[in-house]
Amino acid sequence: MLAKRIIPCLDIKDGRTVKGTNFVQLRDAGDPVELAMRYCTEGADELVFLDITATVDKRKTLSELVRKIATHINIPFTVGGGINTVDDVSVLMEHGADKISVNTSAVKNPQLVSDLARNFGSQCVVVAIDIKLFDGVWKVVTHGGRNATDLIAAEWAKTVADLGAGEILLTSMENDGTKSGFAIDITRQISQALSIPVIASGGAGTMPHFKEVFEAGAADAALAASIFHFGEIEIGALKNYLKETHIPVRL
Amino acid sequence: MTTVIIKYNAGNIQSVLFALERIGVTATVTDDPEAIRSADKLIFPGVGEASTAMNYLKERRLDQLIREARQPLLGICLGMQLLCAHSEENDTPCLGIFDVAVKKFVSPDLKIPQMGWNRIHTKENPLFKNVQQDAWCYFVHSYYAELNPATIASTRYATTFSSGIHRDNFYGVQFHPEKSAEAGEQILKNFLAIGATSK
Repeated sequence: MLAKRIIPCLDIKDGRTVKGTNFVQLRDAGDPVELAMRYCTEGADELVFLDITATVDKRKTLSELVRKIATHINIPFTVGGGINTVDDVSVLMEHGADKISVNTSAVKNPQLVSDLARNFGSQCVVVAIDIKLFDGVWKVVTHGGRNATDLIAAEWAKTVADLGAGEILLTSMENDGTKSGFAIDITRQISQALSIPVIASGGAGTMPHFKEVFEAGAADAALAASIFHFGEIEIGALKNYLKETHIPVRL
Repeated sequence: MTTVIIKYNAGNIQSVLFALERIGVTATVTDDPEAIRSADKLIFPGVGEASTAMNYLKERRLDQLIREARQPLLGICLGMQLLCAHSEENDTPCLGIFDVAVKKFVSPDLKIPQMGWNRIHTKENPLFKNVQQDAWCYFVHSYYAELNPATIASTRYATTFSSGIHRDNFYGVQFHPEKSAEAGEQILKNFLAIGATSK
């Protein structure tokens, strides 16, 4: 039976993790590789590295970091943040990334999704979709939630799946940071409508939230950042809890 | 010992290279016939589409080279499927080293491709030495090899299929050992420890 995946997300700036962690055991809480290795040991199923660097040297710093991660990490990892072209992805894949994620650039240029799928295979193309409620309708937002669009979330998800996306990373900006649980209804709606996996993100605060998003939300994977970084939920304990409550997980 | 990753037009082989590096093995990625013939170990990875991959192999006569391999060869994912007789993916005749059909998953309620961690139920085989029974491994695929006499590992998704096959010097795994944490690393180590056998 396929396991439900638990995916910690690391925000990267200039090759370092930001937001920090309270893992006292780490020699250097800003070192993404050290933090990633710690998550691997705890039982993370995959990792996502989101690069928020704005400098011109971005590509170079990021590709160096990707190589460093690839040589140390023995589980799949996704790299996202500011990917605009097939060439951007070529560089990351050559340096050892397993998957890449695109978000705003896919909204601006949907053709990018099919170009990436054709060049690298759907399995490595994750389309991140940030969503927000407008008068009771889930719509797509871009630029980290700052810009609204007219795209209906479920329709956009279907579009990118048809264009060749291999997975969808669905983040509810309504729930993100609230620790009040994932956006269950829209996650279920999109996951059940598509044949590709949906990674739920935004709102995780407790272990039952994960159970809920896997069961009621029909999510294939769940992603979280701060609750893992600050040790509020330990991945091993979370997976033990899920197993006890009959959610299939890799232990 | 020389380990060669057979270079062909199919997907990301970097992660295999890095996985070998993690266990202290430097592999060469090449499509040079002489380098392939003289290698001690061959790894035949692949992500992609079967007919494109077969055409590429035929154009460069790598198909014959692979069939004639005498040294241990490990096909991974699409690489394993190409070792079989035929794939439903674009109705493609494959290398025929294993007399096995590759079929597409059909399921009304499961997601296809299978993407993520699933368990491998293993038979006793050098490839799985020191690997826990029912170990979790990482899969990404829409097509699968049917169960057959060469099956050394099986996995359940929509149906029960071959997640590992072995005959003579040829080994194939449907999952990605290079991304399957400790179990995957052990399988790669085991493969590299297998002595050359004559057909």
